Amino acid sequence: MSLWEYANPVKFIRTTDKVLPWVWTLAGLCLVSGLVWGFFFTPNDFRQGSTVKIIYIHVPSALMAINAWLMMLVASLIWIVRRHHVSALAARAAAPVGAAMTVIALATGAFWGQPMWGTWWAWDPRLTSFLILFLFYLGYMALWEAIEDDDTAADLTSILCLVGSVFAILSRYAVNFWNQGLHQGATLSLDKEENISDVFWFPLLVCIAGFVLLFIALVFLRTQTEIRARRTRALLAREGQA
Amino acid sequence: MRALLIRDLMLAIRAGGGFGLGLAFFLIVTVLVPFGVGPQTELLSRIAPGILWIGALLACLLSLDRILALDWEDGSLDLLATAPLPMEGIVTIKALAHWITTGLPLVLAAPVLGVLLSLPIPAYQWVVISLAVGTPALSVIGTFGAALTVGIKRGGLLMSLLVLPLYVPTLIFGAEVARRGAEGLTVQSPLLLLAGISFGVMALLPFASAAVLRINLR
Repeated sequence: MSLWEYANPVKFIRTTDKVLPWVWTLAGLCLVSGLVWGFFFTPNDFRQGSTVKIIYIHVPSALMAINAWLMMLVASLIWIVRRHHVSALAARAAAPVGAAMTVIALATGAFWGQPMWGTWWAWDPRLTSFLILFLFYLGYMALWEAIEDDDTAADLTSILCLVGSVFAILSRYAVNFWNQGLHQGATLSLDKEENISDVFWFPLLVCIAGFVLLFIALVFLRTQTEIRARRTRALLAREGQA
Repeated sequence: MRALLIRDLMLAIRAGGGFGLGLAFFLIVTVLVPFGVGPQTELLSRIAPGILWIGALLACLLSLDRILALDWEDGSLDLLATAPLPMEGIVTIKALAHWITTGLPLVLAAPVLGVLLSLPIPAYQWVVISLAVGTPALSVIGTFGAALTVGIKRGGLLMSLLVLPLYVPTLIFGAEVARRGAEGLTVQSPLLLLAGISFGVMALLPFASAAVLRINLR
């Protein structure tokens, strides 16, 4: 029993079919309970008022936006090294989800920033690097769409993902250099004394778990769809020949 | 390698369009900016370093599809791929030829266009230095983008979408050098970082470009 068994599309679909209902249910449970808990059963922050509650969507989506790219990076590496098609398709499936998470993080940040900072947008390093990350997602998805041959597309996009990762990190530090930040520092570090208080922390954890599960469910589902779409195309092509 | 470089340079000069086009575009952008933001000298001289950088970057971008697309169409890229020269060498030479035909003229033209934008006197040398250090990076990164999209018909727009985010770090440090130079501040750290990016991409990115080109030629 090794992990690489799931590189077989049939095996992948069979397993994910079994797992998916559970992941969906758990994701739904975590999201509903976390958001309800966060929105209705936590106190308002004494300075930020009720706007603090956007944290339950903003932080998990921002986390997932970055982790989705990391997942694409790992999947691309697996594709380059071991050439498992499921891996390339999973990377392709994750990109729109990651892009959506980036937009959610940017939008919720803007909604929070309007009353708190008095502006929808500031050229703060964190905000700017997220916008750049979004551009990377767009380019990655556009390249997938533009190339007709599946394997070529998978190869080119995985190399773009590798190069893009390096440049994304470079940009992150470059914008740090370029402008001072307005965004607060990390509130969830494991090694710091001053984190947010436990009242906000536990519902936030539940929400993060919900977003992670939601991401897994969406990526599984989208990968299945990609596999089936490709299979359909192969069947159609065979019909055409016969 | 030298033969390839000379061939590319000859083609760029004799076929026309390659050599002067980027420069003309740079000129047009610089002329259009005052129409857009108004002719006040103080405003122009404040944004001049950034405008010159953006203009140079766009002019670079405009000429990227010439690096590989023509050779791809007439099949000479396939011949080059079968030549004893490694693919990494080919893309490096292509990037170098692009820099000589596009980047270098931009560096030389920047001070002249700086006059139009009433660039502050101390900024001239730093604009030229930062462009001289930064434009090779633009050419090398652009070659990667051109290699990625060479097989796609009408891939120009897609290439811009792919290449522009990759230009962000170079632009930030390059414009920072020019801006600090204009204000008479010390430019050492952004200049070193810019040079770091330039040398880094020159050393590493040709491998990625070559890999991508091999996939496209498969």
